[in-house]
Amino acid sequence: MTMAGDKIDLTVETAWCPGCGNHIILAAVKDVLNDLGKKPHEVLIVGGIGQAPKLPQYLRVNGFCGLHGRAVPPAVAAKIANRDLTVIVNTGDGDSYGEGGNHFIHNIRRNVDITHFVHDNQIYGLTKGQASPTSELGHVTEVQPDGSRNRPLNPILLAIALGCGFAARAFAGDPQQLKEIMAAGIRYKGYALIDILQPCVSFNKLNTYQWYRDRVHPVGSDYDPKNKMLAMQTAMEWGEHIPTGILYYEGKPDFHDGIDFLRNGPPLVDAAVDLEMIRGFMDAFR
Amino acid sequence: MDRNILIGGAAGLGMESLAAILEKTLKRSGAEIFALQDYMSRVRGGHNFFQIRFADKEVHSHKDRLDVIIALDAGTIAEHLERLSPEGAIIADESMEPSDERLTRLPLKKTAAEIGNPKVFGTVALGALIRMFGIPLDIAAAVLRERFDGETADQNIRACEAGYGMAESRYDFSKGSGRESIMIGGSDAIALGALAAGVKFYTAYPMTPSTGILNYMASKMHEAGVVVEQAEDEIAAVNMAIGASYAGVRAMTGTSGGGFALMVEAVGLAGMLEVPLVIAEMQRPGPTTGFPTRTEQGDLKCAIYSTPSDAPKMVIALRDPEDAFYQTIRAFDLADKYQIPVILLGDQYLADCIRTVRPFDFSGVTIDRHLADPTAVSSPMHGEPGAVGNYRRYEITETGISPRIIPGKHPGEVVLVDSDEHDESGHITESADVRIRMHDKRLRKMEFLRTMLLEPEHIGDESAETLLVAWGSVASPVREAIRILSDDHDGGYGALLFGDIWPLPVKALRARADSASRIINVEQNATGQLASLIQEQTGIVCTGSILKYDGRPLSAEEIVNRLKGGDLL
Repeated sequence: MTMAGDKIDLTVETAWCPGCGNHIILAAVKDVLNDLGKKPHEVLIVGGIGQAPKLPQYLRVNGFCGLHGRAVPPAVAAKIANRDLTVIVNTGDGDSYGEGGNHFIHNIRRNVDITHFVHDNQIYGLTKGQASPTSELGHVTEVQPDGSRNRPLNPILLAIALGCGFAARAFAGDPQQLKEIMAAGIRYKGYALIDILQPCVSFNKLNTYQWYRDRVHPVGSDYDPKNKMLAMQTAMEWGEHIPTGILYYEGKPDFHDGIDFLRNGPPLVDAAVDLEMIRGFMDAFR
Repeated sequence: MDRNILIGGAAGLGMESLAAILEKTLKRSGAEIFALQDYMSRVRGGHNFFQIRFADKEVHSHKDRLDVIIALDAGTIAEHLERLSPEGAIIADESMEPSDERLTRLPLKKTAAEIGNPKVFGTVALGALIRMFGIPLDIAAAVLRERFDGETADQNIRACEAGYGMAESRYDFSKGSGRESIMIGGSDAIALGALAAGVKFYTAYPMTPSTGILNYMASKMHEAGVVVEQAEDEIAAVNMAIGASYAGVRAMTGTSGGGFALMVEAVGLAGMLEVPLVIAEMQRPGPTTGFPTRTEQGDLKCAIYSTPSDAPKMVIALRDPEDAFYQTIRAFDLADKYQIPVILLGDQYLADCIRTVRPFDFSGVTIDRHLADPTAVSSPMHGEPGAVGNYRRYEITETGISPRIIPGKHPGEVVLVDSDEHDESGHITESADVRIRMHDKRLRKMEFLRTMLLEPEHIGDESAETLLVAWGSVASPVREAIRILSDDHDGGYGALLFGDIWPLPVKALRARADSASRIINVEQNATGQLASLIQEQTGIVCTGSILKYDGRPLSAEEIVNRLKGGDLL
């Protein structure tokens, strides 16, 4: 029998491969939420379909595992419905940038206060190893025997171009930095993107832990994340030198700020219905 | 009194305003109204028209025969002359060719130019028209004053007065209960119903003919405190509605057939997650872009069957604006009670036709979210009743309905939902046994729902030899047709008008079908989808059908003629 405490604990055994970067990310999410003093009922984690989106299954928080590519729309709507919830989208690169590309674009514009963790392993894991939107050009798979012909999407650059106020890149092999970025993303008021480089030990033989370790470099303390041109330049760096950290940061009004009754009224879920007023709407039809 | 007026011209001539002013003037003069608009999928040019029927008794639908045509261009006369009554009249500008002896040519444009606003030439015609019916000028003037501001209002009133002076009284006018009524179309009635049900989140991607609901909701956003958000696509819209509903607010989306096709996966999601959802699907002729601004009832089977696997859902066909208001409220209640998606099936005819109805009765409106107390729901197997942390979103119950709580509102309890097959706590499972128990649980709700269905409304002869069956908005012309048939003392006609349509209520149908010698389905689609559904669900075979799928609404006259002329498929 489980008795609930105030802490966010792990629940059931994961379905992930041993050595998968997801394990590190799961542990980081748990630690960060507990460090921030969040209680299980205050947090909602939303996933789509894939390996990464199973994360809400493994933590004692509110969880919504919806459709492939469609994690962001229910997440922003849940935040609109109840601003007291801490809402996190936790999905993979295929879910976020492939099937869900349109929602990724337009929810940066919408700027609802959620945090989007993308487990970016540059491969489709659950369907066993096809190219993802972030796979390297020439990446050979069973479905791409000649190598991926399509240029990889740069999520950070795209996000900054769309006006995202918090765009970060992290690496699952650096849990300390990962946790710091996650905490900052959750605290950020508005849509925050954290693209987490995460090796797939079963299907991505190219982008391994060692491959990343040889390349990732946290940006230095002198880096200015509020410099947009510098941020775009830094986001474009890839290959032998991959910068990590909060690459772009800009405070701006979020979705709730734009609607007076959402900003100043009770959370939508607690708002009363004024039936007399609605009855009065009939007068316009007389 | 039962009169029918047509105002026609190219898009962009201000006909919509003119029609709205005339409708309101007639209504406030005491007439009951049914107004139909026929518009093309373009912003300028083409041919659009409004048909305004008014009477001293209740009118259910449009009719074909015209008494007066206001022709804002020559094309209008050519297009509709055939339908004009021999005693009818045409009001047009003096510049028109004298093509018909019923044509009254007036200096509409010249008068408007003298007033100093060429746009008011239609209002001059309006003035002439109300004079013909002996309607007091001050009623029209008050409506114009409400519609326009300052100088424009003055110009319109002067135009109306000038037109009034150009015509003579020629028709009688007798009052009905128009003054006590409200005049409303299906889109606004659905939106008002949703607001009365406490909707707090409405999201949609614009698609004709569902956009009217979005427009009305947006106009009331701040006053009613409802978040209205235009989604990036229909898939986003429906998934947002599901997310908001999961988080505890009543949420809704609206679309037409093409957009509904995009939403279908998420209709299954709402069924699987057991999250309440209301969708208004306003049909238009398809199967793809089709006729964007016209009407059809071609999506019945799509609404019922398009979801993969066996997904629980309910479909309610909306028959008229009054029905639309009450059924929208009921849809939210049923969605919450059974934790299912409820699809409200309307169409362009329902959405855009405006009619006088009794003011909606709010006294019976109650909002019950059908939520559980999490401390009261734990079964003995899973801990002490009252203990915290035992909440299971998908607890197996006799009715199939699991206790639902709002996430974030109960410390210690979390709500886990998953589109994968899941166990009672919401965790993914691959167990064959759990799969069967969960799938049975979800489908058991449908059996429970079946006992709560509303039977179709029966009208006409109690022992009818000919039984018409109809669903949704075509119920209105069928109602009118049955009235014509009984006025003609040609009894023996009855009709069943379906609102609840999935699951299909069968009791009234079985009872009536036994005594009828022929059953005729009346539908605005090419294949008789209701007849097919009835046969599938009951084995009852319709012996003839009246079908129409040219995008134009069936009229009562057409139904009567096809019945009497034996023009049945």
